[in-house]
Amino acid sequence: MKRLIPFLVFVLLVGLFGFGIWWNTWHDARYVPSPLIGKPAPAFALPQLDAPGQTVTKASLLGKPYLLNVFASWCVACAEEHPVLMADGRELGIPLVGYDYKDVPDDARRWLREHGSPYDLVVADQSGRTAIDFGVYGAPESFLIDAKGIIRYKHIGPLTPEVIAQELQPAIAAAKREAP
Amino acid sequence: MTGLPEPRRSAPCTRNASRGKPHRAQGALLRVLLLALLAFAGAAFAGSGAIEPLPFKDHAQEVRFQNLTKQLRCLVCQNENLADSNADLARDLRLEVFQLMQQGKSDAEIKQYLVDRYSDFVLYDPPLKPATWLLWFGPLAILLAGGAVVAVAIRRRNRGDGAIDDDKPADGRQAGNAPADTGDDW
Repeated sequence: MKRLIPFLVFVLLVGLFGFGIWWNTWHDARYVPSPLIGKPAPAFALPQLDAPGQTVTKASLLGKPYLLNVFASWCVACAEEHPVLMADGRELGIPLVGYDYKDVPDDARRWLREHGSPYDLVVADQSGRTAIDFGVYGAPESFLIDAKGIIRYKHIGPLTPEVIAQELQPAIAAAKREAP
Repeated sequence: MTGLPEPRRSAPCTRNASRGKPHRAQGALLRVLLLALLAFAGAAFAGSGAIEPLPFKDHAQEVRFQNLTKQLRCLVCQNENLADSNADLARDLRLEVFQLMQQGKSDAEIKQYLVDRYSDFVLYDPPLKPATWLLWFGPLAILLAGGAVVAVAIRRRNRGDGAIDDDKPADGRQAGNAPADTGDDW
C-alpha cells in the first residue's frame, strides 16, 4: 500500500493537469460572466438610429420583454450573426431592439440597408458610454430584458440557431410566463 | 519613435504574441529585441501621461490614475491592464475612470463601479471571498499538506529506523549518511 502512494500522487497530478488542458480547450477564456443578470437593466436614453431626434429610454420600452442586440457595422462577428437574426428573429416572438455600438450612424444605416434589418427599432450609442453601464465589452452581445426591465439572460458572441433553441427560447418563455 | 512601425494598431490583442515559430530563432530574437525596444519606448511614453492626454488637476492625481488603471484589466485584451491597452474599450474605460475621479470618487468606489458592470474580472487582484478561498488559500493548504507528509516521513524514519530500512544490507558503511537516502523509505 505504501509503495502505491507515489503512483496515486502521480495519477492525481495527471488528472489535475488533464483537467487543466481539457478546461482550457473547452471554455472560452474571453467569456466574462455578467453581474447584471437578474438585476434591473441600467437606465438609458439613446437616440434612434433612423430618427436621431427621437430618444428611446428604458422606461419607454417597459411593458413587454425584448431582446437588445448589440451590433456594429465594423464588427465582423455581427455580420456572421446577422443571417441568423434575419432567419430566426421573427420567431422569437418578442421585439428585437438593435443597439448600434460605437458606430458611425451613416455606416450603420448603410450596413442595415445592404444586409436587411432584423430589428424593430435601432438605438445608436456613438460614444459607447451607455454600453459601459451594460457591461458591453465586445459586439455582438444580446440581452433579454423582461417586461419589468430586468436583464434575464445575456449572450456574448454571435447568436447561433443552437444558442437560440437551447438558451434564448427557454429564457424568453420564462420571462413571458413570469411577467406577461 | 518616428522610424518604428506603429505597433499592432488594428489588432490590439497580444494574446498570441508568444506563439512564435521555434525554428526561426534568429528572427524571433530580433523580434524580441524590437518588441523590447518598443515596450521601452511605450513605457517612456506611459510615464508621461497615458496614451491620450487627460487634463489632470495635478501630478498626484495623474499618479493615482496610473496606479488605478494598472490594477484594472482590459476586457478586450485580457492580458493587458487598462493603463497599457490600446483597445477602444480600454480608452473608453480610462476616460470613465478619469471622469469618476473628477467627481471625487475614491479608488474603491471606482473599482466597485466597474465590478458592478464587468464583474470581478476587471480586477487583477481577485477579492477575498468564499468563491476565491481556494485560490487564496489553496497554495498554503498544499504547502501545509506537503509539510505534514514530510514531517510524518521524518518522524517515522527517526522512530522506526530498523523497521523501514531493514531491507538494506546492514554492512554498516552507509550508517553515517542517513539523510542522503531521502525517498527510499516509500
